[in-house]
Amino acid sequence: MLNNLLKYSLIFIVAVLLQVLVLNRILIFRMISPYFYLIFLLLLPYDTPKALLILLGFILGLSIDAFTNTLGVHTAVCVLIGFVRPMILNEISTRETRESVSAPRISTMSLNWFISYTATFVAIHHLLLFMLEAFTFQGFFFTLARAILSGVLSIALIVISQFLFFRR
Amino acid sequence: MVVSYNNYQQAKFLSSSNGISGYFFENFAGIFQVFDLKKANTELAEENAQLRTALQHYQLRSTNNSRQSYLSERNPLITMTRDSLNKIVYFFTTARVINNSVNQRHNFLTLNKGRIQGLKTNMGVVSAGRVVGLVTDVGDNYCTVISILNERWKLSAKIKRNDFFGSLSWNGKDYRKVQLNEIPYHVPVQNGDTIVTTGFSSSFPEGLEIGIVTEYTIGSGSNFYKIDVNLAVDFRSIVQVALVENRQLKEINNLESLNNNVK
Repeated sequence: MLNNLLKYSLIFIVAVLLQVLVLNRILIFRMISPYFYLIFLLLLPYDTPKALLILLGFILGLSIDAFTNTLGVHTAVCVLIGFVRPMILNEISTRETRESVSAPRISTMSLNWFISYTATFVAIHHLLLFMLEAFTFQGFFFTLARAILSGVLSIALIVISQFLFFRR
Repeated sequence: MVVSYNNYQQAKFLSSSNGISGYFFENFAGIFQVFDLKKANTELAEENAQLRTALQHYQLRSTNNSRQSYLSERNPLITMTRDSLNKIVYFFTTARVINNSVNQRHNFLTLNKGRIQGLKTNMGVVSAGRVVGLVTDVGDNYCTVISILNERWKLSAKIKRNDFFGSLSWNGKDYRKVQLNEIPYHVPVQNGDTIVTTGFSSSFPEGLEIGIVTEYTIGSGSNFYKIDVNLAVDFRSIVQVALVENRQLKEINNLESLNNNVK
């Protein structure tokens, strides 16, 4: 329990600092910028209580917002991710895996499963985030393109980080 | 959303001018800025040279017992700072950029100076004499600056050649280009025209460079040009900035609020 607390606190801090200090400076083709910090919510154990997920989503979003001066945008999206995570996990994984394995990882699930799992959440997160950030339907397709292309990069980063840091 | 639309609430809430994020940014900023140092050095040297030239003119002028301040075309930083009583109006101070973004629709910068160092909201921020943004939120040791690359900030600007003014804003697409609006058709516009600040905003002296016209089109069904302005500042490599304080801001605001009461 304490071990888990330490581990996930570390993931939280690393994800937030990596996002605000390094990844926020990335802008490819003047439109693609990855949002990698979402990985924290993706890696939490299966048995995390629903209320805690939402609370952690709130804290995560608020930390990012405090650094990027976008107070509210990331918070709103992360709270939503925390809210829908149990429902989506119910849809895409079986009861047996959820009981035998503690948390979603590449090492315990298949690569395909992990990619589609990541893609689902990144899609929700990015579409909503970029729409909220723009807060207008003017230039809708530009915003959509930004969300999709950034999403592809975020998914790649999250999956690669799995191979680098969470290999057993 | 409400919070960042509204200065008061933003000041009360979390922003990058608070102590914790400021601490991280300040300690981390150096790593990336090393790559930009060469360019920053060149820019500073160029600015120094310009200022020296302007200073020379100025000294020459004052030894000729002329009370009229010398209005040089070349450097508005020095020349526009005096009023008719020969009182200095605009004061300059410097700060280092510790956080900056270009990847959002609403970009901000964070600087390493704050209330303790004497900064106030509504001070203008310039880099090598070119407009960068406006101080919106001041913490104890850090401040947040709304960048020209922020859809929510509009700046009054004019064409240097003929003094026609319009409003400058960013459409959120290309971080190297901003848009100048409200310039009517009958005004002659050319590619390569320099766009400078008007003195209307009272946060900036008149005549600071913003950028150069690269493209202009006539919007269908509209009476105004759509003008693309290439920014003079490269927002991806800002290291050092100067802050402009207008010592008469309070007086101006008081006067203008009198006008509002009449309505």
